[in-house]
Amino acid sequence: MATDEKVEIAPDSQPGGARSVGLVEPKTWTFDDPLALDCGRSLSPVTQAYETYGELNPQRDNAILIFHALSGDAHVAGYHAPDDPKPGWWDCLVGPGKPFDTSKYFIVCANVVGGCKGSTGPASADPQTGKPYGLDFPMVTIGDMVKAQKHLIDHLGIERLLAVTGGSMGGMMALDWAVRYPDATASALAIATSARLNAQGIAFNEVGRQAIMADPNWHKGDYYDRSVPQAGLSIARMVGHITYLSEEQMRAKFGRRLQDRESFGYDFETEFQVESYLQHQGNKFVQRFDANSYLYITKAIDYFDLTNGHRSLVEAFEGVRAEFLVVSFSSDWLYPTVESKEIVRALQANGVPTTFLEIPNAYGHDAFLLPSESLSEAVSGFLASVQRCVREGEGCRSELRQPSSKEVTL
Amino acid sequence: MSVPAKRRLDYELIESLIPARARVLDLGCGDGRLLAELAGHKSCECRGIEIDEQAVLACIRRGVAVYHGDMLEGMDFYRDGAFDAVILSQTLQQTSDPVRVIEEMLRVGETAIISFPNFGRWRVRLQLLLEGRMPRTKLLPYAWHDTPNVHLCTVADFRELCERQGLERVREIFLVPPSRQIGALGANWRAGLAIFQVRRR
Repeated sequence: MATDEKVEIAPDSQPGGARSVGLVEPKTWTFDDPLALDCGRSLSPVTQAYETYGELNPQRDNAILIFHALSGDAHVAGYHAPDDPKPGWWDCLVGPGKPFDTSKYFIVCANVVGGCKGSTGPASADPQTGKPYGLDFPMVTIGDMVKAQKHLIDHLGIERLLAVTGGSMGGMMALDWAVRYPDATASALAIATSARLNAQGIAFNEVGRQAIMADPNWHKGDYYDRSVPQAGLSIARMVGHITYLSEEQMRAKFGRRLQDRESFGYDFETEFQVESYLQHQGNKFVQRFDANSYLYITKAIDYFDLTNGHRSLVEAFEGVRAEFLVVSFSSDWLYPTVESKEIVRALQANGVPTTFLEIPNAYGHDAFLLPSESLSEAVSGFLASVQRCVREGEGCRSELRQPSSKEVTL
Repeated sequence: MSVPAKRRLDYELIESLIPARARVLDLGCGDGRLLAELAGHKSCECRGIEIDEQAVLACIRRGVAVYHGDMLEGMDFYRDGAFDAVILSQTLQQTSDPVRVIEEMLRVGETAIISFPNFGRWRVRLQLLLEGRMPRTKLLPYAWHDTPNVHLCTVADFRELCERQGLERVREIFLVPPSRQIGALGANWRAGLAIFQVRRR
C-alpha cells in the first residue's frame, strides 16, 4: 500500500487538532509460549509492536482490532512526535469524531509477525544464534499473524471485539479472524480484499520477490551486517505501486509528461514523470522497510486462501457468527470488486448478515487508504449499528434461518 | 434514477401482509425504511438489495443489511427458499426482464409481494386518448424520454401474466392516489397502484 500518497492533512487532524488522537506511544508485548505455525515450525519468543487509541470501557465491549496491509505498521493514527510530517496510515478514519471514533471505541493495531516495524520478523535476533534470523525465520501465514494477535487481544483482556477490520492484506486477516475465532468478534469490515489472492496478484508479488533476490546485496537474506539489497527492494516497491493505482489515475496524474525537461534526451535517464514518481517511491521505501520482510509477507499473502481445508468458500464461512461489511472500489484491479462479491455470495449463502458496498472512484487499490466520504459513512454507520446491537440487542441483524425451519407460513 | 416517493399507505399494507419473525428480502429497498420498520415492529430478519450508493449508505445507517448492486445478481447469491417474502415495491416496471425477476423472487422466497403503478387507470387512458400524449401522473411522473419505466403494465396484464406463469394470486390490494384503498371492482380502471401477493401454485 502506498502510504506515501500526498494527501492534505485537514487542520483538525494535525498534531493538536480536535480530530487527531494526538501524540501516541508505540508499545510492545512479548510472549514466550511457542507459536505453532502453519509451516510446521514454531516461533518463540514472539514480540508484537502495537498501538492503542481511545479507552477500553468497563464492559470491555468497545474494542476494535485494525489489521494493516503489506507495508503498513501499528501506527494507524496520530503522531509519534509533534514534528512528524504526517500522521499514521489510517488517520483519515481513526480519531475523535472520525468513523473509527476514538471517543467511543478502543482501537488496537499491531505490526504483523514477519514484519519489520517492531514485531518479531526476519530482522529480529534468532535466540539460537543471537544473530538476525534472515532466511532462518520460519515461513508465516496470514493465519499465523492472526493467531499471534489473538494472544495480544487476550493479553489486553478483551474476550470479544466489537469489530475486526482492515484493507487489502488487513482485510484477509479480518476474514481469517472471523472464521478462526467466531465468538471473538461481533463484526468484520473487509475492505478492498479477497478470500484468496488471484493469479495476477501472485504474479506481481513474485516479480517483487525476484527483484529482491536478484540483487547481489541480498546475499540469500544474510545482509544485516552489510549493504542491504536496496535496488531490489526499490524495484519491488515500484512494481507494487503500479498495482495500487488505476490506469485512469495514472493518466490524470502523469500522462506522458516529462519530468524537469522539455524534450527527450534519447538516453536512459529518468524522463517521464511516472518514472520519476515510481523511483521516488522506491527510494523512500528502502529507508523504512526490510527486504526479507517484504519476501515473507508477500508470500503469506500469496498463500492465503480461506477455502484451504474446506470444499468451498461457502463451507469455510459456515461457522461464522460476525456480521459483515464488505467494501470494494470500482477501479481496484488488484483486489477487484468481483472478489469482494465472491466473499459476499459465500456469506449470504450461509445466511450471515452481510452488507456490500462498491464505492465508485478512480484511485485503484490505494482508495482504501484515502479519505472517502462514502467509506467514512459506511464505517461509522455500520459500527454504530453493531454497537447498538451488542449493547441493547436492538435492531440486530440475525442470521437467516435455514429454509427447513418453517416457523412462518404466509 | 429515482423512484417516486413511496407513500406510507402502501408501506403499511405491504407490512400488513408480512407476519412477525418472517425472513424478508426487499428488492430496490431504497433507504431501507420499510425493512427497518419490519425489523423493529415485527422482528423480521431483513435483507435489502439496492443499486443507488447513497441509498445503500442510508440503509447502513439504519442498520439494514444491504447488497449494493443489481437485483438479479443480488438474488442469485441466496439459496432457494431463503426468504418467506420477497418485496418488489414500485420497481417491477423498471426491470429489464420482469418475468425473470418474478421467477427469481419465487426461487429465493415463498411468496412475492409486488406493487406497481396501474397503466390501465382511467386518467392514464384518457391522457393518451384525448391529448395523444404519453401519460404523466403522480405515480408516473416522467417524460417519455427520461423514464426508467420500461415495462409498464395494467392490472389486467399482470393477472394474465400470473395465469401464464402458473402463479396463485394470494392477495390483491388496490390504491387510489394519494392514499385511499379501494375494492377489486373495476380496479383496472380505478386503481393507481396495485399490490399483488403471489406464490407458485
